[in-house]
Amino acid sequence: MDASRRGFLKIAGLSLVGAAGGSTLVAAIGEPGMAAESLTADPPASGRRLAMVIDLRKFGHDGELVERCIRACHRAHNVPDFGADRKNEIKWVWAEDFELIFRDEEFRYLRRDLQGKPTLLLCNHCDNPPCTRVCPTKATWRRPADGIVMMDWHRCIGCRYCIVACPYGSRSFNWADPRPHLESPHADFPTRTRGVVEKCTFCEERLARGGQPACVEACADDEIVFGDLNDPGSKVRRLLAEHLAIRRKPGLGTRPEVYYIVEDPRTLVETAPAAVVPGAAENDHV
Amino acid sequence: MFEKALSGGRRYWAWIVSLLVVIGVGAACWYWQLSEGLAITGLSRDVVWGFYIAQFTFLVGVAASAVMVVLPYYLHDYRAFGKITILGELLAIAAVIMCMLFIFVDMGMPARILNIFLHPTPSSMMFWDAVALGGYLVLNIVISRVTLGAERRGDPPPHWIKPIIILSIPWAISIHTVTAFLYAGLAARPFWLTAIMAPRFLASAFASGPALLILLALVVRKVSDFDPGRQAIRALATIVTYAMVANVFFVAVELFTALYSGIPEHVSHFAYLFMGLDGEATLAPWMWTSAVLAVVALVLLLNPGSRSSEASLVVACVAVFASLWIDKGLAMVVAGFVPSPLGRVVHYSPTTPELAIGLGIWAAGLLVVTVLFKIALEVRGHLRPRSR
Repeated sequence: MDASRRGFLKIAGLSLVGAAGGSTLVAAIGEPGMAAESLTADPPASGRRLAMVIDLRKFGHDGELVERCIRACHRAHNVPDFGADRKNEIKWVWAEDFELIFRDEEFRYLRRDLQGKPTLLLCNHCDNPPCTRVCPTKATWRRPADGIVMMDWHRCIGCRYCIVACPYGSRSFNWADPRPHLESPHADFPTRTRGVVEKCTFCEERLARGGQPACVEACADDEIVFGDLNDPGSKVRRLLAEHLAIRRKPGLGTRPEVYYIVEDPRTLVETAPAAVVPGAAENDHV
Repeated sequence: MFEKALSGGRRYWAWIVSLLVVIGVGAACWYWQLSEGLAITGLSRDVVWGFYIAQFTFLVGVAASAVMVVLPYYLHDYRAFGKITILGELLAIAAVIMCMLFIFVDMGMPARILNIFLHPTPSSMMFWDAVALGGYLVLNIVISRVTLGAERRGDPPPHWIKPIIILSIPWAISIHTVTAFLYAGLAARPFWLTAIMAPRFLASAFASGPALLILLALVVRKVSDFDPGRQAIRALATIVTYAMVANVFFVAVELFTALYSGIPEHVSHFAYLFMGLDGEATLAPWMWTSAVLAVVALVLLLNPGSRSSEASLVVACVAVFASLWIDKGLAMVVAGFVPSPLGRVVHYSPTTPELAIGLGIWAAGLLVVTVLFKIALEVRGHLRPRSR
């Protein structure tokens, strides 16, 4: 910790002493010394910073690959299938229409056939996760060594505050016993009990064995790329350097670490069905 | 002192037994919930908090409102509250117990609840809420026990209790402030992301709590020799009036900010509440009822004539309580989840077992109020056989 940072902390601390539990507030508000510009700053330079880049240009509209990724993840992690029962559903990775995920953007004039593209979403493993901050039992926390937001199913009391605090809807709660809803439970991954929260963990158990996340392995052609942002030579860094990538709700200061490469307009034209011409009157008829 | 709660007439025991029956039904439903999981509630992946947490939030306000009698009596030596202050403190005890029960039944893993204290997490507002509520319960138990005990012996209360009573005043403010912070600090939920939430919580608490206290005092007057005194009731009515005016003002401020700025994710929650979204308008009739009740209450309270007439004051207090219960105990929590962060409009309404569990907890609170009021009134000799 350098001198100026310490000085800042001192001032920040002193100014908060009057309020109930000064140091608590600092912790509650976020990382000490976090200033407005740090919302867009680089991730911490120490250790690894694992991140995911989802290359939307390579995903089709049919949702076939998306389904494959979801199946791979949910099978690997014993995620129960509640079928049509949306009320109790559990999902670690799932798909929504592109423009629903990026609601802060507007795509009104995008060609209709390009709207509604099924797009993967999962826990963003934020650098500044609001979910871990609110947990009253430290049952969920951000791993400093690699930035993964972890979950302890044995400590969770099921208060669901983390679900309330997550701006991305990434967490699920076991409203009912999940085990009867598993087709063929995997022996090498724990099942959960009712009453606890769960979510994607970037496949930390596979990473520990030197593997890649299940959804990444389900891809054939780098549709999803996973790696260390603190390694300047990593594939994720190269992709992010060369392409326009967006994240979900970056304005909230959570610093999500799942990036989406949006479609390159030129690619759109090349892969578009011939009958549909951009800007054609088609839009107005629908 | 507790033995005083164990003697009573037929009507007393009939009331106790009927409360126990409601509690029993609630307990049975809770046992069902324990074995089936929270799936038996109306909650879902999108609306993760509902009836239970809303009751908790509303009742924290009732608990905090004891400060409205404690402060004038102990800090300003306002003698007219001499008889009613103890009732306010005892009501606070019952309300905090209900709060704790509502949190408890909402937990997915209630057996692990002590993890909050085994792994204390200062960054979590829920941790602070547990600390604040627990402390407030202890404070009120100690204060009412010591002051009543001294009264029974015919002594003045011991000197050391005074600083504890003074401490309970800011503590009461803190429990409702921390409860507001539970919601107001979340970037994920634009509906709750408002600086007016804590002030509004306090205003609505200081209206609904004393309104309930007036009603309870009048009930007690009916069934015993106890008389809170005209002046105490009038002073409480004035407090309810000011607090209700402040609350309505805060609501208007909030509506202005959301609607005039026009930011869709702020507007959408209010649209859902009052008009409904995508055909989902479960709460709209409730919200309009709440608004009408608030207007009725204000008309009756602001008019000195109807405020000082007991009959219309009772109507006003019922209207205040119902209006704020709908607002805080029904709508405020659910509206934070609809529409969801992905813009989804999801229906939520509590299921029958969920309502039965809630009703059971309300009955448990009433039981605590009954027993504690009974003890206090016995100590004060208001329950001796009437000599008339």
